[in-house]
Amino acid sequence: MRIDCPCCGSRDIREFTYKGDALALDRPDPDAGDAAWNDYVHNRDNPAGPTRELWYHEMGCAAWLVVTRDTRSHEIHAVELASAVKGDVA
Amino acid sequence: MRFSALKILTEGLTGNKGWTPHWRDPEPKAEYDAIVIGGGGHGLSTAYYLAKNHGLRNVAVLEKGYIGGGNVGRNTTIVRANYFLPGNSEFYSHSLKLWEGLEEDLNYNVMHSQRGLINLFHSDGQRDAFARRGNAMINQGDDAILLDRDGVREILPYLDFDNARFPIYGGLYHPRGGTARHDAVAWGYARGADQRGVDLIQNCEVTGIDIENGQVRGVQTTRGAIRAKKVGLVVAGRSSQVAAMAGMRLPIESHVLQAFVTEGLKPVIDHVVSFGMGHFYISQSDKGGLVFGGDIDFYASYAQRGNLPMAEHVMEAGMALMPMIGKARVLRSWGGIMDMSPDGSPVIDATHIDGLFLNCGWCYGGFKAVPASGWCMAYLMATGTPHEHAAGFRLDRFETGRGLMDEEGTGAQHNLH
Repeated sequence: MRIDCPCCGSRDIREFTYKGDALALDRPDPDAGDAAWNDYVHNRDNPAGPTRELWYHEMGCAAWLVVTRDTRSHEIHAVELASAVKGDVA
Repeated sequence: MRFSALKILTEGLTGNKGWTPHWRDPEPKAEYDAIVIGGGGHGLSTAYYLAKNHGLRNVAVLEKGYIGGGNVGRNTTIVRANYFLPGNSEFYSHSLKLWEGLEEDLNYNVMHSQRGLINLFHSDGQRDAFARRGNAMINQGDDAILLDRDGVREILPYLDFDNARFPIYGGLYHPRGGTARHDAVAWGYARGADQRGVDLIQNCEVTGIDIENGQVRGVQTTRGAIRAKKVGLVVAGRSSQVAAMAGMRLPIESHVLQAFVTEGLKPVIDHVVSFGMGHFYISQSDKGGLVFGGDIDFYASYAQRGNLPMAEHVMEAGMALMPMIGKARVLRSWGGIMDMSPDGSPVIDATHIDGLFLNCGWCYGGFKAVPASGWCMAYLMATGTPHEHAAGFRLDRFETGRGLMDEEGTGAQHNLH
């Protein structure tokens, strides 16, 4: 598995650290309540198929990436900068 | 048909013509008292103990593939009871005791071999932690012996004791740990359940769960609708998908764990050896193959195969620990899908839907749990209350934070186990 980093190009999977489902981009409000926070911290859709997840290019440009990947085949469909996805390019 | 030495002798002398199938291949009935979704180790043992311990014989096991075709046939067969935390400790202790009586109970040779398991340690701090774990095991009534370096050298002389990064300081020896023949465990439980009247329905995929007014009514399958007031969901690597049919979103992420086996060799490794710091463990099968593995690949996957970096990492760890295996040729490798829970411990619990019970989250340690998981799941399904040995495996522990069982002490978060 290789990830095509928008900054660095195609790189070996070993340069990256896996965070998990990209729901971290939709963090609930602090006062959203226990159920919302439990859902955010613990529960997952965990799909067998395309999923969006966060990878960190630890041994490269140190960017957080949103990777769209098929969990049945490991095929990667899209790689975007998390900052661009979230809309704060600061 | 009962297996015995006399039966084997008689059959051997008469051309082996008297053996019969181990279980029936029945058509699904329209209704059962209880349905177990999933014909793997845990599902089969659940059905077996429903019939044996609770007299529930009108039971079906629904399997989308064939019996023993999932993780129960894809693991590295290790059986142990070396857990530390209350909640886990008594459960795995109970499981090991069931293993020790399993062959007699099932009248089936599951090749349970208590060859001893050694967890190696490589620092003073790790020695302290392992001494504490050993004491917890002894307090639970199980066996643990803290070996120093010379003690390990006596039973595992072939290790590299002076590895620069992880010199061997000693090991925690668990003599009652060992291995079992994984397929035979599935077959033995399947046969035992079938003999007690349980219908094992293969090639029967569940496509929906029928719920009315918060009460489960049955399931939709590729072989038609089947009614039942009690349904147990025991589907390991597909827990999230089947639970979604009941509108549930589980605290589960599915990851791939790879395993490897070499060509058959003469006996060289007499025990199960685990090298936690390098992420490597190994045993030798009765056929002679070295069976070994390491850590999960660490990304969500349903592919049942991993990537090469983890394969390379496992091989490197193996070479660092026991250079003698370097010339052994790897015969095959494969991957199994682990339903990883946030704290690394499983769930055996009722759900918010009446009559729907959940068994999942076994991470990479489900095989040794097969007997006690079925025992406790059957108890829960039959009585509606958790078994005392599985009382800690509650689904709501993540939401409340009460009773988290984080054996590794890394935090109850998905990407840490």
